[in-house]
Amino acid sequence: MTIEHTHFRQSLQRTPFHDRIVAMSTTEEWMAWNTYKVARIVDKLSTEYFAVRSGCAVMDLTPMEKYRISGKDAHAYLDRLVTRDISKLRPGRVTYIIWCNDEGKVIDDGTLFQLGDSDYRLCSQHHQLDWLLMSAAGFDVNIETETHDVAALAVQGPTSYSVLTAAGINDLEDLKPFDIAKLQCGDIPVTVSRTGYTGDLGYELWTDPERALQLWDAVFGVRGRYDIQAMGLSALEMVRIEAGFVMPGFDFNTAESAVRKGYDRSPYEVGLGWVVDLDKGHFTGRKALVAGKSQPLKRQLTKLVVEGNKPVGQAFIYNRKGGKLVGEIKCTTWSPILKANLALADIDLVNGELPANLWAKFDYQRELKWRTAWAECHAQSEPFYMPEHRSATPPERF
Amino acid sequence: MTERSDAIIIGAGHNGLVCAAYLARAGMNVLVLESADSAGGMCAPRTIGDGYQFPGLAHAAYPVSAAIRRDLKLDRFGYEPGKAIDTVALAADGRHLTIAADTASGDRLSEPDEKAYPEFRATYLAFAKAIRPLFDNKPPRLRDMAIADKATLAKLGWNIRMGLGREAMYEFLRVAAVNIYDVLNETFDDDHLKGAIAADAVMGSAMGPRTPGTVLTWLQRLQGELNGPMSLQSGGKSQLVHALTQSAEDAGATIQFNSHVEKILIDNGTAIGVELSNGELVKAGIVISNADPRSTFTSLVGAPQLDAMFANRVAQIRGSGVVAKLHLALSGKPEFTGLAESQLSDRLLIAPSMRYVEQAFNHSKYNEYSDNPVLEITLPSLHNSALAPEGHQVMSVNIAFVPYDLEGGWQEQKTTFANKVISQLGQYSPNLKSLIVDHELLTPRDIEDQFHAVRGHWHHGELSIHQSFMMRPVHGAAQYDTPVDRLFLCGAGSHPGGGLTGLPGRNAAKRILDLGGAK
Repeated sequence: MTIEHTHFRQSLQRTPFHDRIVAMSTTEEWMAWNTYKVARIVDKLSTEYFAVRSGCAVMDLTPMEKYRISGKDAHAYLDRLVTRDISKLRPGRVTYIIWCNDEGKVIDDGTLFQLGDSDYRLCSQHHQLDWLLMSAAGFDVNIETETHDVAALAVQGPTSYSVLTAAGINDLEDLKPFDIAKLQCGDIPVTVSRTGYTGDLGYELWTDPERALQLWDAVFGVRGRYDIQAMGLSALEMVRIEAGFVMPGFDFNTAESAVRKGYDRSPYEVGLGWVVDLDKGHFTGRKALVAGKSQPLKRQLTKLVVEGNKPVGQAFIYNRKGGKLVGEIKCTTWSPILKANLALADIDLVNGELPANLWAKFDYQRELKWRTAWAECHAQSEPFYMPEHRSATPPERF
Repeated sequence: MTERSDAIIIGAGHNGLVCAAYLARAGMNVLVLESADSAGGMCAPRTIGDGYQFPGLAHAAYPVSAAIRRDLKLDRFGYEPGKAIDTVALAADGRHLTIAADTASGDRLSEPDEKAYPEFRATYLAFAKAIRPLFDNKPPRLRDMAIADKATLAKLGWNIRMGLGREAMYEFLRVAAVNIYDVLNETFDDDHLKGAIAADAVMGSAMGPRTPGTVLTWLQRLQGELNGPMSLQSGGKSQLVHALTQSAEDAGATIQFNSHVEKILIDNGTAIGVELSNGELVKAGIVISNADPRSTFTSLVGAPQLDAMFANRVAQIRGSGVVAKLHLALSGKPEFTGLAESQLSDRLLIAPSMRYVEQAFNHSKYNEYSDNPVLEITLPSLHNSALAPEGHQVMSVNIAFVPYDLEGGWQEQKTTFANKVISQLGQYSPNLKSLIVDHELLTPRDIEDQFHAVRGHWHHGELSIHQSFMMRPVHGAAQYDTPVDRLFLCGAGSHPGGGLTGLPGRNAAKRILDLGGAK
């Protein structure tokens, strides 16, 4: 048998939803995500953003790395892999997780779906198969990549519950945040999880790639009754910063990608200490994290509101206007809903404390002329935007 | 529930006993748990048939170091290295080669080779001596080096540069990582002599003479020779294990037999004791494993208690046993063509050339046995007649390059293989077959089952460069302490490796005491 290899002719793969997205794209702004061609902006950034915050946005999630983990020791394996206590995770539930290397440095984050007894799906930001397989020594566990075998669609925004119900997916009213249900959309079998990366009410739909276009059509079939927009990654970047979600590999170097000593980060340094349970029993990196606890934290990825409305972009952070350099902004966005400049910044701590004052120094253009500006920054620990309707069960109906 | 000890040592092999004796002498309350019914591990005696006793896996050995003898007062407890033996490299035509401490002789050996041999030995013994500080101490850490580590490296550097002198140092640096094949070809002409030395350099390792690093394994072997000449392990009260047992017990250590450790108990990342196969829990201040590192971490500790990268390194440890042991119970003395009766008590070697050794090794790479294996033959009963019934003898044969995983399985082919070896021996000793009363073959698989060493490896892991010194058994456990708090290693899998040296046990004890014992 001759196998015809044609993949090289197509530099980026098409997702199962591609035909519909390409038809809607007015910008032709594409980008690569995990070997797939995805939209940066489908039509207009502002409409996509406001769809998430006040209507319903639909985004193709298929390129996200997905692994199926099963077998007798699947739970024990995952328990040793991740920093969080997952003993309370049950079939039909999802939890946010991170995992570290032996030195207690963050490798990646993701969501862990328990689909059945000893049957899990792990979704991650980056390719993790090598780490997952390496961690499997000594466990009776089966690990398979299913990134390309499952079509995934995020349906997010305040009206997403109403949209999906109108599109024919029943029984969503009791689905709580982080619940999973196996449902039907008409005759299309679809697994629905109440999860997302937007900080708003939202769902993620998982289905057979063969049925992907039908699922898309079912959702967009109620477009007349609701504002539904296909969304690209640019709008996602805005809303995830508003929600205060960090992105490994972008906001900080992951342990696997850091080359220089000290360029990798512990969970505590990136604000993910809340998913570390040092008392849950052994997990990879625990010993190093316990040892590190005795030292004051050296730096912290910090949520900042930057005063003013000038676009901040890349910027250094100082301890006063014209003062000492204490950090740098890793990601930033203008938040239309909060009317504020938001940022995540890597800031050096002094004896474990943030400097009392933080100032950003940045360059911006006014009528194509470059200027330098200083803006005072205010650190905050809570997410910038986390509306109450996000977690209401049943969700508000529109 | 036994009274709580300061330290539990898993396994009463000689390294476990050395470690126990040192710790007990330092005032610790030590409990050694041994799964067999006697001490000695791989050198514990075995009996087959009607009263034929064999010296376990280690049938020939060098004396332990003077420091261990002195520290543990072994001579007071009856320790006496046996009578020095020569090596006879057998030739099928009976024109054998005799290799004694400083001479090689045989009627085929050329004068240049005869002259080169003592020089070669002196050179390599000097190299062995130069790297001695590495063996007598814990391997130095390269990062965050302690003062003791700097001292080890300083001694090593001094020995290599000043001890050897400039010329010898250059030669040492040249040969340290190459293969014994090239070195021997540069030095000697005689195939037989080269075969015999090469066989010794690779015995116990999955390496042929042309494998890089075989000069290092040869130097490791010569470490023993620095302590004194090789002798047979022929049982009795003068034996190392007997003296070590006495020494350890005299210092207050308890050795408990028939106590198979099933699990190391870990609480919150700290070893707190062990669970025996009968379910009994034994708690202790620290736990020291003389079991091989793979069993220790994979079975006794378990991957869930280890970090992923560390567990993976342990899973990658290279080491499949390649030596089988054949025990023959004989109704009388065998005769070897061309061999004087007095030489029967020496160590007999069948390794007629390096090509022969390399070819025997090649088969093991492909999970086959060779029809022409390398054999090391001893007759311990000639040194201690109590080992066999009146007039009878026992013959112990190491068969090199026998694969752990045999194509087609050992179950079906064990008898065939034993018969092949017996008939190969018959080519050198025509009357041997008629004398055999009983026999036992221990394949690497049997060695794994009976001595709890993963894949039946003598040294609990290959003595390759990447598994030596600060990388033995793996990075993260190379200084006898492990990622599990209060769990230590003291066996052959640790630096400086296998052989009846007691050095891993001694170095581990020193390290444990430096770290505060059970405090």
